[in-house]
Amino acid sequence: MLARPPSHSPALGPGCAGPPLAEASSVSIQYPAQPTAQVPTCGAASFLVDHNAVNAPGRDPSQHTQMPYVTGSSVLALTFKDGVMLASDTLGSYGSTKRYKSFERIRKVNDRTVLGASGELSDFQYIMNLLDELTTDDFCEDDGGMLSPREIWSYLCRVLYNRRNKQDPLWNSLVIGGIEHGKPFLGTVGMIGTHYTDDHIATGFGNMLARPLFREKHSPDMSEADAEALIHEALKVCYYRDKQSINKFQLAKITEAGVSVSEPFALPTRWDYKHFENPSANAVGTW
Amino acid sequence: MNGEMRHHAEALEQELKQGEISLGTTIIAASFEGGVVLGADSRTSNGNYVANRVTDKLTQLTDRVFVCRSGSAADTQNLSMYVQHFLHQHSMELDTFVSVKTAARLATQLTYQNKNMLQAGLIVAGWDQEEGGSVYAVPLGGTLVKVPFSLGGSGSAYIYGWCDKNWRPSMTADDCRRFVHTAVSHAMARDGSSGGCIRTVTITKDGCKRTFTPGSEVPLHHGELQGAARTMQVSA
Repeated sequence: MLARPPSHSPALGPGCAGPPLAEASSVSIQYPAQPTAQVPTCGAASFLVDHNAVNAPGRDPSQHTQMPYVTGSSVLALTFKDGVMLASDTLGSYGSTKRYKSFERIRKVNDRTVLGASGELSDFQYIMNLLDELTTDDFCEDDGGMLSPREIWSYLCRVLYNRRNKQDPLWNSLVIGGIEHGKPFLGTVGMIGTHYTDDHIATGFGNMLARPLFREKHSPDMSEADAEALIHEALKVCYYRDKQSINKFQLAKITEAGVSVSEPFALPTRWDYKHFENPSANAVGTW
Repeated sequence: MNGEMRHHAEALEQELKQGEISLGTTIIAASFEGGVVLGADSRTSNGNYVANRVTDKLTQLTDRVFVCRSGSAADTQNLSMYVQHFLHQHSMELDTFVSVKTAARLATQLTYQNKNMLQAGLIVAGWDQEEGGSVYAVPLGGTLVKVPFSLGGSGSAYIYGWCDKNWRPSMTADDCRRFVHTAVSHAMARDGSSGGCIRTVTITKDGCKRTFTPGSEVPLHHGELQGAARTMQVSA
């Protein structure tokens, strides 16, 4: 297999993926950095813009930022007394087309962390690859150590921010939920590196639709049943009001006992209000 | 080729550079008990001109894995050659048939890591010992997703409804082939970028069987007429 840098653009050198994962790109081998006034003798590979690739015929040097193709919509998350809950639908959209209806957008990272993603799903698959490598490293150390959700959140923040600085972002909004020392953790990282933690988090449309509901009804010591009911309400609203959604969801729960990601389920929806049936009955001239 | 004359339906599938050849297309792959059936039309377009009316868009990657190609003809042809090359080396070390998942992931690695430069929508499908028949979709951007059946190309938009209605799990090989064949014919009936002949490939543990339906024998749909059986004889 050809050794390939994990960046989308060869002109920008290898992507940021942490010391054990950094590989020499063919660029740095073919054009080793010559010591001059402008180019440092070490560390050049990560920061050198390869002028050969930029000026290659047919390449547009300013166009590194991609556009998203297959995308996921909102991810919702909240903390409760015993842990954290994440939910999303299972749709991969292709523009306006609801193309892939069984796409898992919430995945387990290790026994105490779960990652949910919205945005470009190929970049999510790439990020899961990076995290799987880290988790496998932990497993191979076999010393009982396991990355905490906060460490994973921190790591993802660095990855996304560094890619943003290279004008070659990973086009995702990520939600990291987990449990550390018995306390729930919930954090988010955006495609430009924006990051924060909170008691309840949502991405995309969920910010507009779900978070007001969370603000009103959430409390950190909610029971699991109450939290599940609240997140179901929020999922329902997102399904009613977000064009890129389907009535097929997954719910992940993280507690001291471990991580569980549910099978896909649908929620009951109400369309049978009398006023829905005949909207103009009580308002003459309405459409 | 006039850069102005872009078909709106192709906008999402391809943004071609001046003079670039596209596989404005209909491709489909569906799994059944014991294998998969791949199908495609045979039109390659260069703007409004049909550059090749008998294209073969179903490309063999290994003994039991094929790929349906849509998007830029150049990109998909060269991608296929890279994948064939590496899988050939891989198969020499392996004692058994290359798994469909391996072929699909390899294609994904290439499309994902070159996503800024490629316009390639692929469907990788085949048979292997572990999983039986499998279909993997690799759309623009380089996502990899395993699905029971997948559509691609500009013509696919017109047949999503029909395919959702008519596909069922556990079809026989013949049923599946009929499903694929009819689906492509419906897409060709309405998509200007799809047309010509229908090619299918059926892959099972026993091998790969191709069928070819010439344009004159493609099933007709609403508003279409049967062409004359043979050309008129020119009198001497």
